[in-house]
Amino acid sequence: MDIIFYIINTLVSILMVVVPLFLIVAYVTYSERKIIGFMQSRMGPTRVGPSGLLQPIADVLKLVSKEIIIPTNANKGIFLTAPMLMLVPSLLVWAVIPLSEFFIISNINAGLLFILALTSLSVYGVILAGWASNSKYAFLGSMRSAAQIIAYEIAMGFALVGVLMLSGSLNLQVIIQEQSGSILNWFWIPLFPLFLIYFIAGVAETNRAPFDVSEGESEIVAGFHVEYSGMAFAMFFLAEYMNLILISILSSIMFFGGWLSPFQGTFLDTYFSFIPGFVWLSLKTLIFIFIFLWLRATLPRYRYDQIMRLGWKVFLPITFFWLTVIGILIYLKYLPL
Amino acid sequence: MNIELTTFFIFSFLLIVTSIKVITSSNPVLSAIYLVFSFFLSAVLWLLLGAEFLSIILILVYVGAVMVLFLFVVMMLDINIAKKNAAYIKYLPVGIGVFVIFNVLIIFFFINTFENINYNAINSINVISESNTENLGYVLFTDYIVEFEIAGLILLLGILSAIVLTYRKNPNNKYQNPTEQIDVEKKDRLKIIKGLKE
Repeated sequence: MDIIFYIINTLVSILMVVVPLFLIVAYVTYSERKIIGFMQSRMGPTRVGPSGLLQPIADVLKLVSKEIIIPTNANKGIFLTAPMLMLVPSLLVWAVIPLSEFFIISNINAGLLFILALTSLSVYGVILAGWASNSKYAFLGSMRSAAQIIAYEIAMGFALVGVLMLSGSLNLQVIIQEQSGSILNWFWIPLFPLFLIYFIAGVAETNRAPFDVSEGESEIVAGFHVEYSGMAFAMFFLAEYMNLILISILSSIMFFGGWLSPFQGTFLDTYFSFIPGFVWLSLKTLIFIFIFLWLRATLPRYRYDQIMRLGWKVFLPITFFWLTVIGILIYLKYLPL
Repeated sequence: MNIELTTFFIFSFLLIVTSIKVITSSNPVLSAIYLVFSFFLSAVLWLLLGAEFLSIILILVYVGAVMVLFLFVVMMLDINIAKKNAAYIKYLPVGIGVFVIFNVLIIFFFINTFENINYNAINSINVISESNTENLGYVLFTDYIVEFEIAGLILLLGILSAIVLTYRKNPNNKYQNPTEQIDVEKKDRLKIIKGLKE
């Protein structure tokens, strides 16, 4: 009986995360079009529903009802598995993300490692999609993307080692609790260079502008997903936005105190104590999502050799250097604060 | 039968199936994908033993990095599958020979070692916490620090030798110097010409 209760409990909490997540993804696409529209003096979507609010729903209906075209010489099995391989890891990671003080689907000890391992899997979707499509553009896109993801994954992992050194734990709840005290105790102050590297590497990992050479509309049409249509394309689309939200929420958990209130430790704390931690986490995440969209509207695409140079020759040495600095500061008992 | 045992049997059966698929599938890309699956399944087996650090590192390093590069290379190969089948019969005797020798060695190894295993060795390791990760880190950085450093040096040597073997200075290299490119000023690129009104 216990096990049945456990399974039902887990299923309900999974639904509580995944269903809102899909809705959020839909409205992130809407806000992306609106925000970039305003930044470029346009209106964005306005026709479907009041001020275009039903646009994402219309998009979903369109994508679902479209035919999935499979190219003649494509490897059918891998062609259809690739989008799933892209989407599933980015959904799985949500199992270990603490959304508030109490709500976390699975509070495992090695949460941070779990996240690193799963985010490193999304590259398979890209590579296999490019290979199975049997198209030159798709293959070029997947080659570019794979090299880029590997280059930035290392810098990203090392940036998180800094968080690990300061918190002394791989458990995400403990990492957040270690940051409590006040806004000055959050890890972004001692780990500021690592935070910047983490966020920029995160933009590169999600293949978004200015690191979107794997899609590169003006060079290779749409990169690895040229041949995809309908639901199969929608899954790539979903995975991209899911990863965007994921990088934003992880940045706020690792460096900005997760669900901790920013007024902690000041006289304002008692006035704001009625706000649940989930709201603070959402606000922090929304700021990062906005920065993602802002970057896309502002920066031109990186040249390919520059991307590689930034990853290997700039980010990696900086992370090594800063980890040494953090190590020395911990040894001299200046850190953790 | 409890849940742990059931999970173990399901995953080890799948592991055997995928491992066989790695060597029998005709398409090299499919073989690589099956190898990825088998890494996953063995990670699950490690997880069942409570070794969460090793199992996640297996996925992170082998699946997330090594196999990606592997797939990269395998995809570039242009292998003719029909030709491969002809080679299969040609190399069959050698394969059987290797198979027999390897198995005989493994059996001898098992006969010799199972009698001499010191099962108490594991009890002499200091257990400092519940977490497998912390214990492993503690043991690696105290008792086995010399071995750990030697492993690091060997890996460094591997990186260096790979670079030395493959690096060739190409005289036609079109390398761009980024600092030079950034230092460009308006007057280097733009020339305003007066008096050409028409």
